[in-house]
Amino acid sequence: MNKPVDEMIRDTKERYKGGVLKYKQMGYWRPDYEPKDTDVICVFRITPQEGVDPDEAAAAVAGESSTATWTVVWTDLLTAHESYQAKAYRVDVVPGTGAGTGKEAQYFAYIAYDIILFEEGSIANMTASLIGNVFSFKPLKAARLEDIRIPAAYVKTFKGPPTGIVVERERLDKYGRPLLGATMKPKLGLSGKNYGRVVYEALTGGLDFTKDDENINSQPFMHWRDRFLFCMEAVNKSQANTGEIKGHYLNVTAATMEDMYERAEFAKEMGSNILMIDLVIGWSAIQSMSNWCRRNDMILHMHRAGHGTYTRQKNHGVSFRVIAKWLRLAGVDHLHAGTAVGKLEGDPMTVQGYYNVCRDTYTKTDLSRGLFFDQDWVDLRKVMPVASGGIHAGQMHQLLTLFGDDVVLQFGGGTIGHPAGIQAGAIANRVALEAMVKARNEGRDIANEGPDVLNAAAKWCKPLALALDTWKDVSFNYTSTDTPDFAVTATAS
Amino acid sequence: MRITQGTFSFLPDLTDDEIRAQVDYALGRGWALSVEYSDDPHPRNVYWEMWGLPMFTVKDGAAVLFEVNACRKAFPNHYIKVNAFDNTRGVESMCLSFIVNRPKEEPGFGLQRQEAAGRMVRYTTQGYAAMRPAGSRYE
Repeated sequence: MNKPVDEMIRDTKERYKGGVLKYKQMGYWRPDYEPKDTDVICVFRITPQEGVDPDEAAAAVAGESSTATWTVVWTDLLTAHESYQAKAYRVDVVPGTGAGTGKEAQYFAYIAYDIILFEEGSIANMTASLIGNVFSFKPLKAARLEDIRIPAAYVKTFKGPPTGIVVERERLDKYGRPLLGATMKPKLGLSGKNYGRVVYEALTGGLDFTKDDENINSQPFMHWRDRFLFCMEAVNKSQANTGEIKGHYLNVTAATMEDMYERAEFAKEMGSNILMIDLVIGWSAIQSMSNWCRRNDMILHMHRAGHGTYTRQKNHGVSFRVIAKWLRLAGVDHLHAGTAVGKLEGDPMTVQGYYNVCRDTYTKTDLSRGLFFDQDWVDLRKVMPVASGGIHAGQMHQLLTLFGDDVVLQFGGGTIGHPAGIQAGAIANRVALEAMVKARNEGRDIANEGPDVLNAAAKWCKPLALALDTWKDVSFNYTSTDTPDFAVTATAS
Repeated sequence: MRITQGTFSFLPDLTDDEIRAQVDYALGRGWALSVEYSDDPHPRNVYWEMWGLPMFTVKDGAAVLFEVNACRKAFPNHYIKVNAFDNTRGVESMCLSFIVNRPKEEPGFGLQRQEAAGRMVRYTTQGYAAMRPAGSRYE
């Protein structure tokens, strides 16, 4: 008889007599529950308010992200209500928080959801439950959805990426190396003709892709049709110059679906092989555009604009690994997933975790990379991660070591800012990349010998020499805000 | 112009030793090597002629290099590439592909434009050499 008032009340008359019960009493705390293979499992990082019992807080999260309201309702009895109740089944103290650490206690709360709670093939529906009301719930100071295990049965209700890594490479005829891209700069203000010039120079120099930035839509300085026409001239001319397939991510983000479809149709008529959308258009619009791309053989590039507002702070929001999982289901082909070494947030191990989510056929639990669960992708196509933001040719060995071949490395400033011009910048990046891949394949330890490999190539490639010299001191060494919290388990030696 | 298809076209042409190192890397990962040749390097020409079948059972890099050189001898003035194929479930595609032979002269491609309504342009990439009959394009 430890805490009798907290236990799940199993007597129906007692449970439904009306009034307010604790979430634990209502049955949302089920420490004995064993999740089913078909359950969705979430792990939330929760910070309960002063005096709130962590198990009760976990139960509250389960309740508020499934069936509960603040008071008992008899209408539950018209349903097989235990099926619809999410079940908090495990609560762990987050390592490094709580008593004796000087830090406010945080907990990892594991919650299982029956598959009946979710509409087939709808991220909008899944997110409305899992990150709906619960994040504003008063008894919690903060909550963060850290990771999610999506059951194979639910994964199979999604079509996933319209193209995927393998087919993208076959369409582009590019194998065995990361792809190279660049975002056009300055991102705002260029006319269509001047903008297309940057595209032309970068692609002719040696990049595979160029990219619109997230906020290039149809502003007074450059209307979308003008952008599309000039960019496709640049793409086609650079293809003829090099004999290689090239592409420009035409951003079709717009105010309405009708506008986006109109722009996508025009891009198709112009012969573009790739489109781009921003994360801010929302889940339903993303899935609609994914379907359109599938119907029209178009690669779909996702720029994760806005994600930092809810992914970056460790105590509140949604981890990017969850967003990446949802985007793979929703169906995008490219996804910005961080650089680890560039100007934007990202602890290297955590970022590698995002890459795993994009590219694995089966993702293994790996707490050091923030992956709490095994995830079977049941043959869903793979998403090409994109590394973009403050990276340059001098980091090629680090990027290749961290991310391998299946990634788009985007050097915007690192191409366009080259002192000898945009083509020279593109040549520097491509030579650095191919030299590094070749050296790695030859068995050299590029993590350590990378600078030697670059310097050797720079001896015969002047643009690379100039690039290495220009950016040799550029690095962004700041402490990451979002790192995994896990206790290292000692292994038998 | 130098056609820049393939994994290593921005580097100086690979020597036989360097080709062997890449072949050995591919074999080490369990990939199957194949050799293909063409005198139509149009960027959308995905089906180059196969120099025999992919070598699924060959585990010796020297044997692969032998085929590369036999193909070079037969088609000294064609484009020749070495491909590595990974038949792992979920990949089942090429994982490396690089050019190991080129014609002496590479005339490249012209871009034809058909002007259409609303400033629309329909583009066609036309290889200068491809205008001649197959087999006599890079004589």
